[in-house]
Order: sequence, then structure tokens, then C-alpha cells
Amino acid sequence: MKKSNQLFSKFYLTIILLFFYLPIIYVVLFSFNDSKSLSNFTGFSLEWYHKMFNDRTIMEAIYYTVIIAVLATIISTVVGTITAIGLSKSNKLLKESINQINNLPMLNPDIVTAIGFMLFFTSLRIKTGFLTMLLAHIAFCIPYVILSIMPRLRQIDNNLAEAALDLGCTPMQALFKVIIPQIKPGIISGALVAFTMSFDDFVISLFTTGPGINNISIYVYANVKRINPTINALSTILVAVITVVLIIINVVPIIKERKRKENEKFV
Amino acid sequence: MKGFSRLVYPYVVWMVIMIVIPMLMIVLYAFTTKGNDVLTFQFTLNNFIRFFKDSIFPNVLYRSLVLAIITTVICIMFGYPAAYFISKLNINKQNMIILLITLPMWINMLVRTYAWRGILNGLPLSGEVKVYIGMVYNFLPFMILQIYTSLSKMDQSLITAASDLGANKWQTFYKVVLPLSLPGVISGITLVFLPAVSSFFIPKLLGGGDYVLIGNLIENYFVSTGDWNFGSAISLIMAIIILISMYITKKLDRDNREVTVK
Repeated sequence: MKKSNQLFSKFYLTIILLFFYLPIIYVVLFSFNDSKSLSNFTGFSLEWYHKMFNDRTIMEAIYYTVIIAVLATIISTVVGTITAIGLSKSNKLLKESINQINNLPMLNPDIVTAIGFMLFFTSLRIKTGFLTMLLAHIAFCIPYVILSIMPRLRQIDNNLAEAALDLGCTPMQALFKVIIPQIKPGIISGALVAFTMSFDDFVISLFTTGPGINNISIYVYANVKRINPTINALSTILVAVITVVLIIINVVPIIKERKRKENEKFV
Repeated sequence: MKGFSRLVYPYVVWMVIMIVIPMLMIVLYAFTTKGNDVLTFQFTLNNFIRFFKDSIFPNVLYRSLVLAIITTVICIMFGYPAAYFISKLNINKQNMIILLITLPMWINMLVRTYAWRGILNGLPLSGEVKVYIGMVYNFLPFMILQIYTSLSKMDQSLITAASDLGANKWQTFYKVVLPLSLPGVISGITLVFLPAVSSFFIPKLLGGGDYVLIGNLIENYFVSTGDWNFGSAISLIMAIIILISMYITKKLDRDNREVTVK
């Protein structure tokens, strides 16, 4: 590339990144503001953090968000893994029809999936609340888990499991000692997708929750009408946690790789 | 080994209960009158007649579709050059910038939209412009990532071959790079258009109270008005329109691939 082109490309990408980070910088900055203003920075204070940690509704919203995300991730990963393994051994018709139906919640707008759940729960006279929200989260996470495991299953060598059975393994042992270790990366990425989908969900939670049970998104939605800088403090903490987690996820494999290479040198 | 196929059965039961039945409930509510019990249905087409008889509802639908289309076009216009420039960097820088673009996506969409509300609050922009900024902000990363993926998978020797054969830079771009990156653009379109049509909190948070899109209508009929039958009918109309547009995009993609193969 020519020098001028390179300069333009750098400039363009910087603008795009600034655009992406502008609102994040904004919430972080104003979370430390000592007045209620969202346009003038009047001075540094930790007031909004203090308020946030003393606000029961926010603390409960964080609690419900985390607990539902953890439960939904565990359950949908287990169910999704079992189903994906079963699917890889099923006949084509069953496989195709399950894939088609699983596509529905992924292709449908969230709001359509959400009102489907709402109509379903209320018709059965199930009181909406923690349980209905959890069930809905599990339901929309499983298709994503299956989707991330299926490609791995297609790659693995079927003969290995057959060999394990021939050598005297029970089907259960073959499953846990041969198949699952081979698809582990798929299971992990499926679990990560499930966790983020559940943690970030707003629309489906809004329609399947009941009185008193809020997650972070519902709390923000319900409280944006008035000026409320505690949301800035809450957002800043979320940003910090996510950044740390992402750095760990991205840096740990690099360090591991370096250590592995160093060890190889000694051998 | 065949015995493992039985592992699917529990999920089939779950899938019917938690995916198929809720979808059928929407259809059922859309075609029945308000206030009837689950056991005594009164079938009707009135919900759909009501939607199309009054010009208010088709107008909202039209506005939502236009907004989604323009958002998608803006995302391609800004996203394509970004993806192209990223794909031209060295590999370490590529990974770095892709990571920087992905990071904000992990932060709750509602929180990010809320932040824009603060930034745009004092600015003399119309509600519609603010909604566009919020939409593009939320969906542009998806477009960039999809186009980038297809550009980075491209065989670089094709570009060298084109210039060796006498194509200038623009010809190489139009005849080689652009056609080969179209699958990425098309999957970007589905990832942007689809959620943009049904979005309801971006217009609600940024557009002010009077800016109503189809998603807001659905929310209102379920949450405020409590007219679930009419709300279901609106959802069904929206879902069908989205399915049709998905089908068209997929078909375009297939035709495009066939042409490329030839």
C-alpha cells in the first residue's frame, strides 16, 4: 500500500474505534462525577458507587443476572452436548428436522420468541418469575450450544469410539473417555456463547419474568427515564469485569504457548 | 454406537414443549378473539383486518422496514472499508483490532444504548437521527466482522494473479475482491437487518416517546394495552416479512455463488 493510503486507513480505523468506545468512555467518566449532571463533569467522587452498592434493587438485579446465567449455562451445555452427540448418530430425517426447529429461535426476532414464551407460560397458568425466566434462557441457549458442538463432532474419527467399544469399554466410558475429550473445545465455546447470551439478554427476560425479579438489562430499561448516574457506576463495573475476563481469555493461551515452547527447548 | 442416537429423545420432547408450542401459541392468539379461554376458541381474522384497515399500522411497519434497510446500507458503507483496511494490516494488528471491535459487543446492548442517550441528550438532533446513530452503533460490529471474515479467508494469490494479468487496482477490486467478499456482506445483512426491524428499546431510549416502530407496537400491545391477540397478529406479520426477506437474501447468495463458480 502507498503511504497516503496507509495513513487514510489508519485514520479511518481510528475513527471507527473511537465511535465504538465513545459511549464506554462516557459512562466510565461520568460514573465518577460528583453531581447528577450527565453533561458537565464537575468533580471526582465515588458517590454513585456508594449509592449503587447500597441499592438493594441493583444488587438483586446483579444477583439474578449472574445466577440465571450460571444455571442456564450449566444446564444448556449439558443438554446441548448430550443432544449434539445423539444427533451425530441419528438418521438424516431426524437430524434435519431438529436443526430446522432449532433454527427458529435463532432466526426469529427476540421479541417473537419472547411473546411465545409469555403466552405459553400464562396459558398454563404458570406464575412468571425466576423459574420461567430460567426456563426461557435454557431454551434459547441450547440451540447455540448444539450449533457450536456439531462441527467438532463432524471432524472426529468415528473409528476411535468403535475401537474403544471393541476393547471392552462400556458405551458410557466410550462417551466420557473418547468422544467428550475430543469435542471439548466445542463444548467450551458453546458454554461461553450460552453464558454471554443469557447474561446480556433483555427482550426474552422482560417478557418471561415476574414482579420483583429483574436482571441488569430490565433494571436499566426501567430506570433510564429519570437521570440516574448509578447506572453509570453499574455499567463501569460491568465494563471492567468484562475487560479483565476477555484479557485473561486472550492472554492465557499466549502465555501457555510460550511456556510450552520454552519447555520444548529444555527437552 | 447407534444406541447413542437415543440421547436425542429428551431434547425432542423439550424442543416441542419450549419451541414448537410457544410458536403455535402466537399463531393461535393471532387468529382468535380477545378474552376467550384456552378451551373455548373463537376463530377470527379481525386482528389482521384491523392491522391493514387503519393506515397507522402499515405506516409503522413501513417505517420499521425503511429504518432497517437504511441502517443495513449505512453499516455496509462504513463497515466494508473498515473490514477491508483491517484485512490489509499485518496479522498481529488484525487480531488486535478485531479484539478491540469485539470487546464493546460483550457489554450489554442496553447499557451502551443508555450511554448514547447521555451523549446525544443536549445535541440538536432529531429523534430519528439519534435512533439511526444507536442502530448503526449496535449493529456495525456484526457487519465488519462478517465482511472481515470473508476477506481474510480469500486466497491472496488471486489478487496477485489479477494484477499480473494486467488488471489495475480498481479492476482487481471490482472483479476479484468484491465478488469473493459478497457472502460476508450477505451474512452481515442478515445479522443487521433482522434485529434492526424488530428493535424496540433503541427507538424507545433514543427516539423520544413519539418514535414508534413495529417492535414498540408489539411491546405496547403486550405490556400496556394487554391486547395479546392483536399483539400476536402484529408479531406474526413481522415474522413472516422477516422470513420472506431472509429467503430472498439466501437466494441472492446462492445465485451469486453459482455465478462465481461459473
